[in-house]
Amino acid sequence: MNHETQRLPQRTRITLRVNGSDKQIDVEPWTTLLDALRLYLDLTGTKKGCDHGQCGSCTVLVDGKRINSCMTLAIMKDGAEVTTIEGISNGSGLHPIQQAFIEHDAFQCGYCTPGQICSAVGLINEGRARTADDIRELMSGNICRCGAYPNIVAAIQQVMHAQERNTNP
Amino acid sequence: MNIFSYVRAGDVAGAVREISGNSAAHFIAGGTNLIDLMKEDVTRPARLIDIARLPLTRIEETRDGGLRLGALVTNAETAYHPQIEKRYPLLSRAILSGASPQLRNMATNGGNLLQRTRCYYFYDGATPCNKRQPGTGCSAIEGFNRIHAVLGASDQCIAVHPSDMCVALAALEAVVHVTGKNGSRTILFADFHRLPGGTPEIDCNLGRDEIITSIDLPSKGFAEHYAYLKLRDRKSYAFALVSVAAALEMSGPIITETRLALGGVAHKPWRDAQAEALLNGKAASTDNFQIVAEAIMRDAKGFTHNTFKIELAKRAIVRALKHAAQMGTRQ
Amino acid sequence: MTTNYIGQPIDRVDGNAKVTGRAKYAAEYNVPNLAYGVVVSSVIAKGRITKIVTNEALHLDGVIQVFTHENAPAASSLDKSYQDDVAPPGSPFRPLRDDRIMFSGQPVALVVAETFELARYAASLVRVEYQVEPHETDLAAKRGQARDPTPRRFIDPPIEPRGDAAKAFAKAAAQIDVEYSVPPEHHNPIEPFATTVVWEGGGKLTIYDKTQGSQNNQRYVCKVFELPESDVRVLLPFVGGAFGSGLRPQYQLFLAVMAALGLKRSVRVSLTRQQMFPFAHRPQTFQRLALSAAADGTLKSLTHEAVAETSRFEDYSEQVVNWSGELYHCRNVKLGYKVVPLDVCTPCDMRAPGAAWGLFALESAMDELAHELRMDPLELRLKNYAEKDLNTGKRFSSKALRECYKQGAKRFGWAKRVPEPRSMREGDSLIGWGLATGVWEAMQVPASAKAVLTPDGKLTVSSATADIGTGTYTIMTQIAAETLGLPIADVTFELGDSTLPAAPVEGGSFTAGSIGSAVKAVCEKVRKKVFDRARKLKSSPLGDAKLNDVTFANGRIVLHSDPSRGVSIADAMRQGKGRSIEEDVSVVPNDSKQSRYVRHSHSAIFAEVKVDEDLGTIEVSRVVAAIAGGRILNPKTARSQIMGGIVWGIGMALEEESVIDHKFGRFMNHNLAEYHVPVNADVHDIDVLFVEEQDSIVNPLGAKGMGELGIVGTAAAIGNAVFHATGQRIRTLPITLDKVLISAAGRREAQKSAA
Repeated sequence: MNHETQRLPQRTRITLRVNGSDKQIDVEPWTTLLDALRLYLDLTGTKKGCDHGQCGSCTVLVDGKRINSCMTLAIMKDGAEVTTIEGISNGSGLHPIQQAFIEHDAFQCGYCTPGQICSAVGLINEGRARTADDIRELMSGNICRCGAYPNIVAAIQQVMHAQERNTNP
Repeated sequence: MNIFSYVRAGDVAGAVREISGNSAAHFIAGGTNLIDLMKEDVTRPARLIDIARLPLTRIEETRDGGLRLGALVTNAETAYHPQIEKRYPLLSRAILSGASPQLRNMATNGGNLLQRTRCYYFYDGATPCNKRQPGTGCSAIEGFNRIHAVLGASDQCIAVHPSDMCVALAALEAVVHVTGKNGSRTILFADFHRLPGGTPEIDCNLGRDEIITSIDLPSKGFAEHYAYLKLRDRKSYAFALVSVAAALEMSGPIITETRLALGGVAHKPWRDAQAEALLNGKAASTDNFQIVAEAIMRDAKGFTHNTFKIELAKRAIVRALKHAAQMGTRQ
Repeated sequence: MTTNYIGQPIDRVDGNAKVTGRAKYAAEYNVPNLAYGVVVSSVIAKGRITKIVTNEALHLDGVIQVFTHENAPAASSLDKSYQDDVAPPGSPFRPLRDDRIMFSGQPVALVVAETFELARYAASLVRVEYQVEPHETDLAAKRGQARDPTPRRFIDPPIEPRGDAAKAFAKAAAQIDVEYSVPPEHHNPIEPFATTVVWEGGGKLTIYDKTQGSQNNQRYVCKVFELPESDVRVLLPFVGGAFGSGLRPQYQLFLAVMAALGLKRSVRVSLTRQQMFPFAHRPQTFQRLALSAAADGTLKSLTHEAVAETSRFEDYSEQVVNWSGELYHCRNVKLGYKVVPLDVCTPCDMRAPGAAWGLFALESAMDELAHELRMDPLELRLKNYAEKDLNTGKRFSSKALRECYKQGAKRFGWAKRVPEPRSMREGDSLIGWGLATGVWEAMQVPASAKAVLTPDGKLTVSSATADIGTGTYTIMTQIAAETLGLPIADVTFELGDSTLPAAPVEGGSFTAGSIGSAVKAVCEKVRKKVFDRARKLKSSPLGDAKLNDVTFANGRIVLHSDPSRGVSIADAMRQGKGRSIEEDVSVVPNDSKQSRYVRHSHSAIFAEVKVDEDLGTIEVSRVVAAIAGGRILNPKTARSQIMGGIVWGIGMALEEESVIDHKFGRFMNHNLAEYHVPVNADVHDIDVLFVEEQDSIVNPLGAKGMGELGIVGTAAAIGNAVFHATGQRIRTLPITLDKVLISAAGRREAQKSAA
């Protein structure tokens, strides 16, 4: 038997501001942000695809930035602002990205889709992608085994162009 | 993943105290490597010291005209920082070649240095590994070693360091600032990571009780002539089979200074000062580049599945130098 | 508004659920009092468990139980209880049956705890000791022991030889005799396999499972655990991809049900990505292809022999070689297919099983032959076009492949191809163009459906099929809505529930045609009843009409002869005095008609690659896929299916390989970082076009499933393009950069010695 403490992990109360409202949960240190969302907050929209930061399905926005929620602990994000797929549309109707995904058939089985959408919102906020190749590269952290990539790129381009037209009428 | 206690460090001194007091404790910052290793039961800290909120989050000028990268600045913030993009684009390119946007938003500069090898046998508890458990043997030497080292390996370990950022930092000759229970010191980048030798379980020369506080870039950024070339099994989101950071200072067509660092080929980013010197004072030509490439790889030794890396590295060096030498460099 | 939905690019009806995260998958039903199970997996490939120590794990507060072979609750002891609809011949794997280890990663224990993390930690404390036996996992080393597989249902053995292939080969002007080698691959759907078993009390179980077959798995659970069918319900409203890996019940289903029954509690078991590597893979296969032709390209002989791996306990086989006897007109054909049992888990059908491998070899060999003949590869295909299937002597129910070649070539610009390899360049890259033929099955299988039309005009149609990303929800809704002339918003299709009308597993690309035909048939029955009510309406303009005289569209029933005269469906329903109309139907294929024909879908795939020969990297810069898929029910979702198949083809050609270290008998790259599937940056232009193709034989809809066709031939088109770019033929997949480098070096050596 190894000599690690066999005391069960202590629970700590943390606060996550999820999709605009404060959620208090008691978590053990070993609970990832992903599992806290899925199991403790019943926000199952964020998906677990590999649990090792290798597929991007668990992508959410934390303090405005896209991250893999499986690779951080909930306790480390105490006090953070978290936006999950459930909060992308901000209540009213669908976010333009969600609408564009439907129009362009940018998903098939739907499992990677919440991660793709959160990642796309993060990508647009980062403001770095200019060309289709940029979008492809900067969305490569989200694996789609169904192979919907060309449609994902088209959906993102549609939203980016619409935004450009709005800012430069 | 084992049971562990968690504490947040309030300042550097507190972090050092915490880690000095517990040999089974580990710092955690971005978590993108450590949590992976913990989920695989490769690393089993009894205590995690969260250093993510320490005030090491700035990028600022140093007195000698260089740039100090706070250890807790994320890889993404670093890569996109205007001063980095302008003065050290080699570093920016290298960082952006690695991982994914999500991981780059989480991973810290300090953590990037400390990431561990991707060797399948290291990760898999079913197969012996001297790095994971000293004395049990190296399964890669006779195993599937396509992603393993061709330089600097030992008969105990042929793992490679997987970072891209570190390859650029090696070429730029960064200096790592650390603080431990005995005070602060600097470690030259070339001395930070180790070769496996007889102690493959030790990746680097950071003391057990030490924390990286910053990585300092010297004033020379080689912003006019640089290239980061990464070769891998798919276009993105994959580790390097071979990567090259090339940086030149040129006076007209003549090269006056050369920096070449290789990734994917050794337990640390590989530099060979003697080989680099062969280019100085010479014209930028394919022939001269090939001479350097041959020199760098002269002691390379392949294993059953990775001898291709030797030839690939030579060509990658030549290609990267060609790009670097061209004005208005493009990758 | 028009309700002529069939053939329209309708947005997926489940799109909203998927883009908002409301769609729930198997591991997402967070029921009260749920316990979490984590699997412990074998670290050896073969041997016996001599000791399994669980007390450290059990000691932890919150760990409920550790199940092993020593204490697993009783389950059926009969093989036939475990044999599901898709099981190949043999003895299905039974988790925790005894102390025997048959493959690396075999589940050896299930730890159940109050939280997931505790179960995972406790699993790491379970200590297993083994008596190791020597294992054999190396197909190359054992191929000499290959034997005929035990015949598997629905898989034809290789056809008998026709003519004399060896003799014809010897006399022929042009000869190719080469071997292709393809590795094991894993399906790797993004959703990991998982089962949530809800303990409903009174012995009833509601099982949320990741699978392709609700009823297949429900029957499995009932037989294995000897439960009455009425006590077990399997639900899968959403499945995160499967590609064949969900055709059979997977081991986490067994373990979750076992634990739920043993603990009388709800239990969830999710597998890690690593744990998905020990089951279900596409088998490694060696293929010899010998082709010969006259100088004008007429095929003189074709020999295609394949050797693949299977497990020790089941004979998995797939249709690798028979396509070669069918696809081209050749009178001298010899086909062979054998298997070698190894200490691995049984392979499992993976997207276009058999054809994916077989057409890679055939279409690469045809390209090699074309080069040998100095003939355009497209011309060679056309020269040997099979108007009928020489394997069976039957005609094709439809085969618009010539149009695929023609339209695909035109869209791609094939006519501009410079035949000589290494003749097209761009910067550091050599450009290459390659083509291949694709073919896949278009079966119809028996299926049932039920329809309920309520008095307020809302229609619900149901069948126990699945939607694994294929678009089943959407096309069935379209068919139902159009048949009854109702707006899509008023129509719901239900699936993924074992209590719904009988349906087979969703696989084989037969769902569109089979379930679709049942949906059409049941809605037609409803139509008749609605029409009867419409006729009975006071002063109904349809009073004297017959069913054939009217059209159902846009919520109305109108006369063909005078569309201004009609009745609204809502009014007709009101005639029923508050009663719904309910119908159900079972549709079986018209076997006597269908069996007279060969029923397949076809394609022509054109690919362009850019090869940086110096560094070995390959980019697939564009693909044109011309598809003969019968009636395309929804061009938007069909295009996505084909596109997905093409992306799989890119992965197959350039990236995917499950690597076994034979010393350990274990897949070593068992995660998504080292098992490479294509990422977004790997995929550029994919242009899909559907050619006109009518087929009144294949099923009542005339539709062919598009789920698998896209992958067939694609890897060959890419490999052929690599050859055209570089002059290098690389016959071992995946074509990674080291193979390009080594091949180019070999070429330079050969040139040097020739000089």
